[in-house]
Amino acid sequence: MTPSIGSLPPKYRVTIDHDRCMLCGRCVVNCSYGVFRLDGDRVRTNSRVCTACHRCVAYCPRDAISIQERPLDYRTHPVWTRGVRESIYSQARTGKIVLAGMGNALDYPMIFDRLVLDACQVTNPSIDPLREPMELRTYLGKKPQRLELGTRGDGGVDLLTELAPNLCLETPIMIGHMSYGAISLNAQLAMARAVSGQGTFMGTGEGGLAEPLRPYQGHLIVQVASGRFGVDIDYLERGAAIEIKIGQGAKPGIGGHLPGEKVNALVSRTRMIPEGSDAISPAPHHDIYSIEDLAQLVRSLKEATGWKKPVFVKIAAVHNVAAIAAGIARSAADAVVVDGFRGGTGAAPRVFRDHVGIPVEAAVAAVDAKLRSQGIRNEVSVIASGGIRESTDVAKIIALGADAVYIGTAALVALGCRVCGSCYRGLCPWGIATQRQDLVDRLDPVAGGEQVGNLIHGWTLELAELMGAAGINSIESLRGNRDRLRSYMVDQALMDVLDVKSVGA
Amino acid sequence: MCGIIGVIDRGREVMDGSAIRRSLSLMNERGSGEGAGYVAYGVYPEFRDYFALHVFFDNLHETRPKVDALLHQWGRVVHDEEIPTRDTARLRKVHTPWRYFFKPDVRLMPRSTTPAEEIVTELVMRINTAIDGALVFSSGRNVGVFKAAGWPEEVADFYRIEEYEGHCWLAHNRYPTNTPGWWGGAHPFNLLDWSVVHNGEITSYGTNRRYIESFGYRCTMFTDTEVVAYLVDLLVRRHGLPAELAVTALAPPFWDEIDAMDDRRRRLHHALRLTYASAMMNGPFAIAVADQDSLVAFTDRSKLRPLVGAEAGDRLYVSSEEAAIRAMEPRLDRVFMPRAGEPIVGRCR
Repeated sequence: MTPSIGSLPPKYRVTIDHDRCMLCGRCVVNCSYGVFRLDGDRVRTNSRVCTACHRCVAYCPRDAISIQERPLDYRTHPVWTRGVRESIYSQARTGKIVLAGMGNALDYPMIFDRLVLDACQVTNPSIDPLREPMELRTYLGKKPQRLELGTRGDGGVDLLTELAPNLCLETPIMIGHMSYGAISLNAQLAMARAVSGQGTFMGTGEGGLAEPLRPYQGHLIVQVASGRFGVDIDYLERGAAIEIKIGQGAKPGIGGHLPGEKVNALVSRTRMIPEGSDAISPAPHHDIYSIEDLAQLVRSLKEATGWKKPVFVKIAAVHNVAAIAAGIARSAADAVVVDGFRGGTGAAPRVFRDHVGIPVEAAVAAVDAKLRSQGIRNEVSVIASGGIRESTDVAKIIALGADAVYIGTAALVALGCRVCGSCYRGLCPWGIATQRQDLVDRLDPVAGGEQVGNLIHGWTLELAELMGAAGINSIESLRGNRDRLRSYMVDQALMDVLDVKSVGA
Repeated sequence: MCGIIGVIDRGREVMDGSAIRRSLSLMNERGSGEGAGYVAYGVYPEFRDYFALHVFFDNLHETRPKVDALLHQWGRVVHDEEIPTRDTARLRKVHTPWRYFFKPDVRLMPRSTTPAEEIVTELVMRINTAIDGALVFSSGRNVGVFKAAGWPEEVADFYRIEEYEGHCWLAHNRYPTNTPGWWGGAHPFNLLDWSVVHNGEITSYGTNRRYIESFGYRCTMFTDTEVVAYLVDLLVRRHGLPAELAVTALAPPFWDEIDAMDDRRRRLHHALRLTYASAMMNGPFAIAVADQDSLVAFTDRSKLRPLVGAEAGDRLYVSSEEAAIRAMEPRLDRVFMPRAGEPIVGRCR
């Protein structure tokens, strides 16, 4: 049978400026996709396998490489876009579901970029965080509605209320769950070093806790997902908190898939699955078919760990997210993680990545409003994730009602990731989304830890400046303070959801 | 800017309004002639068991019947009348100030432990949100707020303030940036027994408003100060916190200070900050809050607005300026400046 579709236009064209090239061969060594080969006195390229990961560009000492995106495009058409056509070609060939990496790639408007922050002028002074106290400390977990006090003989007051355990963060920025297996051990180690240094936390993902991460376990949130990979009592007890993952913003409603090629000896041991076998997490937890089942699992995990750790529940931001969060708040859960539709992933079906779920800004606004209207906002903390790109996103989502954020892609970018979106291939030349030892070795956990730490620190400083400019010296006064946001060119229906006024109003 | 002053006589000896009028006028540099007001405790001894509802009516014939009907539905009005005023050259009657002496029927709120207060709170919220042209600006027992848009002396003369006698007074000289000229925007703000005067701007207003509204309060006055009255009502009346701890919840110590406390205090302050994170007030402010038995004044955690206290015998004074206190009482036993966030508390014996 002769294929009748033929070859498609290449995504990228890699060209070498032979006048500049000195034949050092670094590109050949660095490209794990096999774009380059040394052929006598010339480096030759196979552009078709390029992912635009820029590893070659980063390591070429002579700036001799250039990569052109879409050197040859299809005839333009507003409806039959390149992406649409290529999905059809691909499915016509394979008859399968199209997989894609990273987060939502459709051109939806970015709500964050339609919101602007406030600053003080005249009527109250802005605060200089270099000279005045500025408090970013954040506690995650249940808080009482009110306190019971007892009066002592000497007129002093005793606290009778027993507080539930909370996580104490020195900055409201955490790193979300990316499992060992999906990313490399060195990537996890780098991030673990970063969060330990910055007084915050990161998630282990559903991949168990690899032994080399144990020194950082005081800053790790262990995850229990539908596959239960790597979960035993030792794992639960090592975490500073436990997170039940119900869903993920990048692919709400479906499970996960780690290809067998990524399951090496240590991944196998950590996940407690045979080496080389696919790790498939089912779409639902098969012991959670309803909200009361979730409440039972939360209680079971608490019971197993002596009620000493907060338990978080992560859900994908879907249409009914507010009511679901209110249900979670009524369980013993301490925080609800709301993962927006821009959340990243190593691999997701394209249709889910691009079309299912809602943006985190609207989801957090709705969740916070619902919890407040039911008088249960203190019952859970709200953690926002999925598409947090910079410190202003953090400030805005906290003003919309979140207590803290998880970042994911941003932390990987700090490790060198160029967002090429080929994580599922397992060949990440930056040593992040791969288990091939020679590639993993490229990522130095110490240097990487410093880079991610710098990012969190830099954002924290910016957040402090933004708060100071708004005349706020404590993060709790920014939380849910939607009066300090204005929307710019947002339609009325969305303004009502966000409960934010227009610029000028 | 704005200027605030308050006085309480801890032996409940009464003072008429002439002295505080003088001292508030002394702070005219802090105002703009667009809002001033007074509140006095103990002014209605003959109706001390009734809630004194002060209402601004835009149109007596149109809106008063609606308020009358609502009050009769929820209780009994023993007496009502127009609040006596004196038209002056520069202050004309924009609204008609009216007062009702009202006793709620507590059988209508059986689930509450403070049914009378619940009913009055609900009525205030309902009238202020649902009845156009009526605004309840004072709703406590044996207490009255008198405020309008004008200079302190004009407002005092308009309401004949020297004819009222109370054992505790608060007063406010306003420099508005929001709602200038609106009588409802002048201070003091009051709910039930609580009255508040405030100098500053609450940058956490959005957070505080969302918090307080989840407990059924509704912010209707378009200004950040009313939220303080509601927060105090929630923390003290409904949650039972002592006044000092309520102030701590609203202007808590920094975490560094809490970390350095002894174990017992650290636990308490830690719990207060966690529980009342959304009640905490940020931004520059000096606030004085009063009820029948006490006067509490405090500033923001960085003391970005002035506050001074003084004592003379049984009388405790708080103000933006020492000079204003001395205008009321030249012979002071003690003058002091509280530290940031540290409350000045005066209680009747």
